[in-house]
Amino acid sequence: MKNTLLAIVFGLAASSGANAQLLINGAGATFPAPIYQKWFDEYTKIDPTVQFNYQPIGSGGGQKQILAETVDFGASDGPMSDANLAKAPRPIWHIPTVAGAVVISYNLPGDPAIRLDGPTLAAIYLGQVTKWNDPAIAGQNPGVTLPDQDILVVHRSDGSGTSYIFTDYLSHVSPDWKAKVGKGVSVSWPAGLGGKGNAGVAGQVKQSPGAIGYVELAYAHQNKLPFAALKNAAGNYVEASIDSVVAAMATATIPDDFRFSMVNAPGDAAYPISGATWLLVYSEQKDPAKGQKLVQFLKWAYTDGEKLAAALDYAPLPAAVQQRALDRVNSIKY
Amino acid sequence: MPTAQSSLPVLPPMGSRAPDITFKWAAFAAALAILALIALVGFELYHGARLSIAKFGPGFLVSSEWDPVSDRYGALPFIFGTLVSSVLALLLAVPLGVAAALFLTELAPFRIRQPIVTVIEMLASVPSVIFGLWGIFVLVPWLRDHLFVWLKHTLGFLPLFQGPIYGVSMLAGGIIVAIMILPIVTSISREILRSVPGLQREAAYALGATRWEVIRIAVLSYARRGLFGAAVLGLGRALGETMAVTMVIGNRPEISASLFAPGYTLASVIANEFTEATSDLYLNALFELGLVLFAVTILINIAAQMMLRSMGSGGVSKVH
Repeated sequence: MKNTLLAIVFGLAASSGANAQLLINGAGATFPAPIYQKWFDEYTKIDPTVQFNYQPIGSGGGQKQILAETVDFGASDGPMSDANLAKAPRPIWHIPTVAGAVVISYNLPGDPAIRLDGPTLAAIYLGQVTKWNDPAIAGQNPGVTLPDQDILVVHRSDGSGTSYIFTDYLSHVSPDWKAKVGKGVSVSWPAGLGGKGNAGVAGQVKQSPGAIGYVELAYAHQNKLPFAALKNAAGNYVEASIDSVVAAMATATIPDDFRFSMVNAPGDAAYPISGATWLLVYSEQKDPAKGQKLVQFLKWAYTDGEKLAAALDYAPLPAAVQQRALDRVNSIKY
Repeated sequence: MPTAQSSLPVLPPMGSRAPDITFKWAAFAAALAILALIALVGFELYHGARLSIAKFGPGFLVSSEWDPVSDRYGALPFIFGTLVSSVLALLLAVPLGVAAALFLTELAPFRIRQPIVTVIEMLASVPSVIFGLWGIFVLVPWLRDHLFVWLKHTLGFLPLFQGPIYGVSMLAGGIIVAIMILPIVTSISREILRSVPGLQREAAYALGATRWEVIRIAVLSYARRGLFGAAVLGLGRALGETMAVTMVIGNRPEISASLFAPGYTLASVIANEFTEATSDLYLNALFELGLVLFAVTILINIAAQMMLRSMGSGGVSKVH
C-alpha cells in the first residue's frame, strides 16, 4: 500500500518535471472568472508548456495580491484607486478584457415590458419614488397598467463590481445620489433589502411582488428574468445586450491608463449601465520566463480570446480598444 | 481500576517518574497551545483593526453608520442583529430541543429512538448554504404569506410584530438559526438526560410520582446544569452562523424594534464585504467587527460560566 502511494507520488513528480510546465498564478474578480477559465483552457491547448491557476477571490483580494506580488496578474471589476496604486513597488497597468452590463429586473403582475430613465431609477433607490404607479414611472410607460403597489428595492449585500457599476451610473445621472450615497462596491444604501450575490437579489425579486433589483446581464439571460429598457444619454430607450454594451464601450472616453468608466456612454445604441473588467499586471515583469509567457497569452487573448466572449454573455472589446490593449500588452517589459 | 492493573507489568521500575513528568508537560503544552491560539487570534484581529480602532475609538461600538464610500464605520446595528437573532434562535430551539430529547429518552418506544436520533444527526450535517437557499425559496415566502400575517393579525399590538412584512427579516434569520442549532441542542440534551441515573427515576416512582412528576422532579431538575450547557453550546454556534443568516436576514444595518424588519449580523457583514474591500480603513473596520464578534462570544461564554456556577451543583440534593 505504502509502496504504491510512493510510486504514485514519484510518478507525478517525474511527469510534471518532464513537461516542465510553467505555472502562472492569478487572482481577483469573480465576474469575469468563467471567461478567464475558458481562455486558460483554450490557451493551454495551443501552448501546453504553460498552466494557469486563477482564484476568483474578489476584486479586493486581486488588488491586494498583485500589490503583494503573490500572483503574476490580478483582476478587478473596478479600477484601482490612486492610493492603492501608489503602494505598488513598480507601475501596475490596467488592461480591460471584457465588459458586462447590469440590468434592472422587476416583479410586476403580468411581466409587462417597462422603460425607465436614470433619474427615476435613482429616485427609486433613494426611496423617493415608492409606488409603481408614481407619475415618474407611469409617464415613461404609456399603455402599461402599473399597479398601486409599493416598490420593494433590492440591492446586493455583498461587495461587488455589479454594485460598483450600478452606483457609478446612479452617481452620473443623479446629483442627489452622488451627494448622498456615492459609488462603490458597497455603499450605505438609503432604502431596501440586501440579497447575497446575483442569486440572492434575483431570488428576492422573484419571491416578492413589486420588487425591483439589479443583476448581471449574463445572470438575467441564463435565468430568463424580465428586465427594463433604460434611457441612455442620447435619449433612446435601449435594452441590454452584447451589442448595446459594445456600442457603449465604443463611444466611452477611455484615457491612456485605461481606468475608465463607461456608464451613461453617449452612443445612440449604447446601454447606459455597463462596465469593463480589468487585468492588473506589472509593466516590468520580475521573472522573464513567466513574463514572456504571460505576454504571449495576453496577445492571444486580445486576438482569438475575445471571440469567445459573446458565447459566455460577455461583451468583447470594440476593435479600436482591442488594438489599444494589444499595444499596451506589447510594451510589457520582461 | 481494572485498566491500571492490567498495565502494571509494563510500568518502569518503581521510582522512575520520567513518564509522569513527560506526560504532565505534554498535557500542559497542549493546554497552553489552546490559550496561545486564542491569544494569537485576538492579537491578529486587533493588529488588523488598529487603523480603525485609532480612528473611531470606542465610538465604533455605538455608531450606527456603515458607509464604505465616505469611510465611516460603526458596529452597533451588527452587534444588535447578532444578539437578537441568536437569542431568538435560542428561545425557539432550546424548548424544542429539550422536549425532543425528553421524548427520545423518557417516552418514545425503544424501536423508534435510534431512527429519530439518526435523522436529527443528519440535520446537523446539512451545509449552511443549503439551509440558506431553502430559506430564500421555501421558508421566507411561507413566513411572509402565512406565519407573519397571522402574527401581525393576532399580536400586532406588540411593537415586535409591527411594520411592513418583507419576508426576509430578523425573525426569519432567528428561525433559520434555530433550525440549524436544533440538532446540537437536541443531541447534547439527549446525552445529558441519558446520564441521569435510573435510580433517580425509580426513587421518584417509588414515592408515587406520576410520569410528568418524575420527569420534572427527578430528571429535569437533576439535568438542568447540563441542559444549560447545551443551550450555551447552541448559542455559540448561533453567534457565528453566517451563510444561512445572510441569505434570509435582509442585510440592512438598522436597529428596529420590529422583528419583521430586516437586520444584519457581524458574521454576515464580514462575509459579505471582505472580498471586495480595497481601502485600508474599510478592511480595518471589517477586522474590528471580527474582533467585536470574538469579544462578544468570549463575554457570553464567561457570563454562561458564571451563571452555571451560581446554579450550584444540582443533583439529588436540589430535589424538593
